[in-house]
Amino acid sequence: MKYICLGYIDPNKFASATEPEMNAMMDSCCAYDDQLRANGHFKGGEALQPPNTAMTLRYANGKVVVTDGPFAETKEQLGGIMILEARDLNHAVDLISKHPGAKFGPWEIRPAADLSEIVRQSEARRRAR
Amino acid sequence: MSEPPTVDIRTHVDAVYRAEAGRILATLIRLLGDFDVAEDAMQDAFNAALRRWPVEGFPVNPRAWLISAGRFKAIDAMRRRARFAASQHDIADTLHDVEPAAAVIDDELPDDRLKLIFTCCHPALASDARAALTLREMCGLTTEEIARAFLTSAPTIAQRIVRAKAKIRDERIPYQVPSGGELPERIGAVLAVIYLLFNEGYSASSGPLLTRVELSAEAIRLGRVMLELLPEPEVTGLLALMLLHESRRAARVSAEGDLVLLEQQDRSAWNHAFIREGIVLVERALATRRFGPYTLQAAIAAVHAEAPTPEATDWRQICALYAALLAMQPSPVVELNQAAAVAMHEGPAAGLALIDALFARGELRDYHLAHAARADLHRRLGRREEARTAYKQAHALAKSEPEQRYLEKRLRELG
Repeated sequence: MKYICLGYIDPNKFASATEPEMNAMMDSCCAYDDQLRANGHFKGGEALQPPNTAMTLRYANGKVVVTDGPFAETKEQLGGIMILEARDLNHAVDLISKHPGAKFGPWEIRPAADLSEIVRQSEARRRAR
Repeated sequence: MSEPPTVDIRTHVDAVYRAEAGRILATLIRLLGDFDVAEDAMQDAFNAALRRWPVEGFPVNPRAWLISAGRFKAIDAMRRRARFAASQHDIADTLHDVEPAAAVIDDELPDDRLKLIFTCCHPALASDARAALTLREMCGLTTEEIARAFLTSAPTIAQRIVRAKAKIRDERIPYQVPSGGELPERIGAVLAVIYLLFNEGYSASSGPLLTRVELSAEAIRLGRVMLELLPEPEVTGLLALMLLHESRRAARVSAEGDLVLLEQQDRSAWNHAFIREGIVLVERALATRRFGPYTLQAAIAAVHAEAPTPEATDWRQICALYAALLAMQPSPVVELNQAAAVAMHEGPAAGLALIDALFARGELRDYHLAHAARADLHRRLGRREEARTAYKQAHALAKSEPEQRYLEKRLRELG
């Protein structure tokens, strides 16, 4: 099964880190990602730039409104996403709990939703039109 | 890049997985000392099999091959991680010296599943975690499948499993079959989990029926594994009890989804292979003279199963078995069942006296089946007014719709 793992980071935890500490953290994260890749668990993922680089789109009064920055400021910021292949939810929890990134903020693990049936129905509706 | 595994090899590996995963995991937990590490190791080993068996050929002993590969992969992974996390050093070092990998390739590998099930059902674990852990580790069900079967959410089940594993790790719950004086009680804890799984599947009154039915099948499978590895009388008795109940599955629910009482079931729809097997097991358990409540309940079910018609039931024997069961394990619900048997053997008045005695002691007054049984006995004695009152009390207490429908039908029949 596929699980989408949202890795959050707490910027305060980095504020006082020295360069060797930051390097050690990056090395451990990359090494663990390599291990996940080698075992077929890492199905994709990206790190994210900070929230102040983001745009937010919303639909209001019949048109799209674009604003700067993230929708809400929180202490913990979304730092990256990973698509994880795991046998079940407990396996996903086990794999992510070993991830060194977990020391710098929480991970949220969510099963990917299987929309294939909804997509199939939608295709049938659109064909019928 | 190597060729993708052929369909043939994949089918082969899948078959090995279904047949051997439980045993392989149980042994890897013993060798590696940790549930999560062992689970990962087993997955890695099966992945390696998919890559290597098409090239190297199917091994003579696939189980030994997979255990050896899993163990090697786990140690390798720990070494790699140990470079980054100091805490892992100790584990990798200990494993390094345990035993040479070659020693694992041995036909005489012990079956570790008994250690696994005793650990999953350890009394130190929360009782609701024991069933979930057993299903996942012994039966190979996923967290999501277990959640569907128990009509709860996957995160709830996942949390139970995470906590149980943490407890096993932190409190160093030993991975072993309990010995001596501790054994009977610990067997009781394992059998209680298996019987709970069976009943979850058997009494499925709501939810996706198919998944729930599979719980009963898993419970019977676990019962067979237990019997193979630990042929104690009560292990035998529980398997017999489950088979004899399961034999009636097709007959106990009507086409409309209503429960059909034993005396009204179509006995030709019973599974006679299960009945024959159940009876052989009951007789074997009884012959040991060291049997317990599961065996006695199985014996009662066997007497019912042996009767070609409800009228041919040997009620005298059933009454004797209930008396023995009550002496061993007093319970008001068993007394109620005994009252029903006595009513069949000695007449409705004798049964009614037993139920009234239960009520006088303050027992089962809120239990709809006690009122329904009382109503039936009044009806058989021709006391229509008393029967009507009791059916109404039962109806007011009954919670499920099929049961309410059944009682309404009975009330109408009274006229």
